[in-house]
Amino acid sequence: MTGPKLIDPYGAPKGADPRGALQSITLDLDRTEGESVNQMKSTHLEPFPDPVLEVPDDLKRSVVVSSVDYLLNWARKSSVFPLQSGLACCSFEMISAAMARFDLARFGMAALRASPRQADLLIVAGTLTWKMAVPLRRLYDQMAEPRWVISMGVCATSGGPYYQSYSVVPGVNHIMPVDVYVPGCPPRPDALLYGIMQLHDKIRRYSLNGQAAGQE
Amino acid sequence: MTTVWSGEALAEAIEAFAPGSVESSEGSDVWLKPESISSVCEGLKTRTEFKFDLLSSLTAVDYIDHFEVVYHLTSLPMNASAVLKSRVGHGRTDPSIASVVPIWRGADYQEREVWDLMGIRFNGHPNHKRIMLWEGYPGHPLRKDYVTYDQSIASTAPGAAGSQQGAE
Amino acid sequence: MAIKTQPVTVNLGPQHPSTHGVFRMRVMFDGEEIVDVEPVFGYLHRGSEKLAEERTYTQIVTLTDRMDYVSSMLNNQGYILAVEKLAGIEPSPRGVWLRMIASELQRIASHLVATGFLLQDLGALGTPLIYAMRERENILDMFEMLCGARITNSYLRPGGVFMDAPAEFWPALDRGLGDIVNTIDELETYLSGNEIVFSRTKGTAVLPKELLINASITGPMLRASGVDWDLRHRAPYDYYDRISFERKLHTASDNYARYWVRVQEARESVKIIRQCVEQIEPGEVRPSFDDVPRLIRPPAGDAYVAIEGSKGELGFYLVSDGGIAPYRMHVRASSLINLTLLRDMLIGGHFGDLFVTFGSIDLNMGEVDR
Repeated sequence: MTGPKLIDPYGAPKGADPRGALQSITLDLDRTEGESVNQMKSTHLEPFPDPVLEVPDDLKRSVVVSSVDYLLNWARKSSVFPLQSGLACCSFEMISAAMARFDLARFGMAALRASPRQADLLIVAGTLTWKMAVPLRRLYDQMAEPRWVISMGVCATSGGPYYQSYSVVPGVNHIMPVDVYVPGCPPRPDALLYGIMQLHDKIRRYSLNGQAAGQE
Repeated sequence: MTTVWSGEALAEAIEAFAPGSVESSEGSDVWLKPESISSVCEGLKTRTEFKFDLLSSLTAVDYIDHFEVVYHLTSLPMNASAVLKSRVGHGRTDPSIASVVPIWRGADYQEREVWDLMGIRFNGHPNHKRIMLWEGYPGHPLRKDYVTYDQSIASTAPGAAGSQQGAE
Repeated sequence: MAIKTQPVTVNLGPQHPSTHGVFRMRVMFDGEEIVDVEPVFGYLHRGSEKLAEERTYTQIVTLTDRMDYVSSMLNNQGYILAVEKLAGIEPSPRGVWLRMIASELQRIASHLVATGFLLQDLGALGTPLIYAMRERENILDMFEMLCGARITNSYLRPGGVFMDAPAEFWPALDRGLGDIVNTIDELETYLSGNEIVFSRTKGTAVLPKELLINASITGPMLRASGVDWDLRHRAPYDYYDRISFERKLHTASDNYARYWVRVQEARESVKIIRQCVEQIEPGEVRPSFDDVPRLIRPPAGDAYVAIEGSKGELGFYLVSDGGIAPYRMHVRASSLINLTLLRDMLIGGHFGDLFVTFGSIDLNMGEVDR
């Protein structure tokens, strides 16, 4: 049995393999990850602009979406698959929104995907810390377009009650562009459902003027 | 009901088996010398008159000229509790104290957290790494000289006394 | 002839369906056997203890809610008891009874969540979790009647609670307790009548009680190994000395025992609530502002109070210098300390047991990281 020579500072528990102790060799890994967090913190101090759909004046009264676009958007909004990315207390209201009383399945969204490659919607539910910002950005990058982001709760919107803290990102829009902000601490599941319906409204208006869905 | 050991009784009992290790006692607290923490805690855990087998809480407080490490002990068989304190790092230079992880394994994560947030070294800790914040984080946030931008009502002016956080 | 194998290190990252929040583990596998585990957390470290030095004692109640976010009332209770001890405040009786009722309801909700998520992690994708959460919704409705918020309810204040229960709360509580008992019976049949649960949870991750005590582990994990240590009984706070309840113990100290203890504790909580409802007396729910001012200035000193939270001993250590904000607040987080023996529980086991064992510790990342 080959493997790196490791040291076990606690003594091998329960007759485990004396190679033990992963923690003695991961200090370099921790340092590299810490570097990436410091880097993210120093470069992401300005928030991303919100992706706002602008309808030019001459089209405002006679908005005609082509029938193919209409069909595509209807399909997109009726089966948005959220990514399970609950961070803190708001995640429990998100789970309650998916449960029997406030049903997400009636929107076609009951299939919460575990993998970002299969998800359309990233609901950032809870406080985002700088340490978590690196994995969260990676998740956002792994999602395929069209993708949307809902920032749920005041912690994700602006830092919330932890605004002045040394380790909290003051709003998830510093890390990724956000489509819908749902305020509340935590927002009731009904509020989240209202936010999701606003998102459906936004999706319905995509493809106007050939705009690609999502931003960058 | 849990019996709470009073400061003098505990100080006397500790002096009985480990003379010279008590600095002072007051109320229900006992202050120990940092070098004698290991031997006193070993005795408190094993000796039959104490039997403090559960370390309830290990934390540290930053009193500007020194730090204080606070141990809350509980004895399950005798249903008793006690408080031990120890002053380290006088003059804020290089605070360090012996680790009690060989005695109570429950001190593991709590000591790492004190190192992470307060900067007190625990000699002999098996995994002396940061736990809450990332490696490479500048400084130890819970110290009193680490000031973040705050709009608190308890301080005088916002942004006073030097700000360590970036532009907010 | 032995097959040459090589261990593989896998990152079970902070975003994972079964990690109960943002928890990360680096696991080294050799085939299906776990060789080593390193937990990494801090992804939800919000600096509550530093923020608490800048807020008044009443404002910190909102910070304590959000730590263990499935048991907010219990966090509040622990903190308020520490403030009352520090400042020498005498709470008003009706407030104490109300907060005991709220705490026990919250304990039931927290154990329902733990059990529901166990059954989901075992593979029953969603259905038992929906039953448990449906019952939890009834409890959250009752909290909404009490204080207007479902989860992070800052209901307690130094000296009592901030609002009396409305008239429709008491019949709703009566009905609700009956429903809760029915749901607990239902969940218990899923646990104790289910062969899959038996074969996957019995005998896995056994911990001896001396190791548990040495690792400062308290709460249902300790009671599942036969140690009769419950702070409501040994060091009664509020009016727990006027209530009689049993501590449910199990001796096997495996995953099944830990879940069994939680389900039985939920039943006991129902009995406690019924006794509180009988003994509650009318009156003011918080002392008047002449006795306890809005801005409390406790005398200089320190206080440590520990309560029996839903995960174990939840303690608050407050140091005051005579001002309107504490000089230092430290939270003895039961979930953080219950994590100490993760390596002992997992090493040598199989990969299939990883999330079941992890769920049986019943962690809450808001409390681990604060």
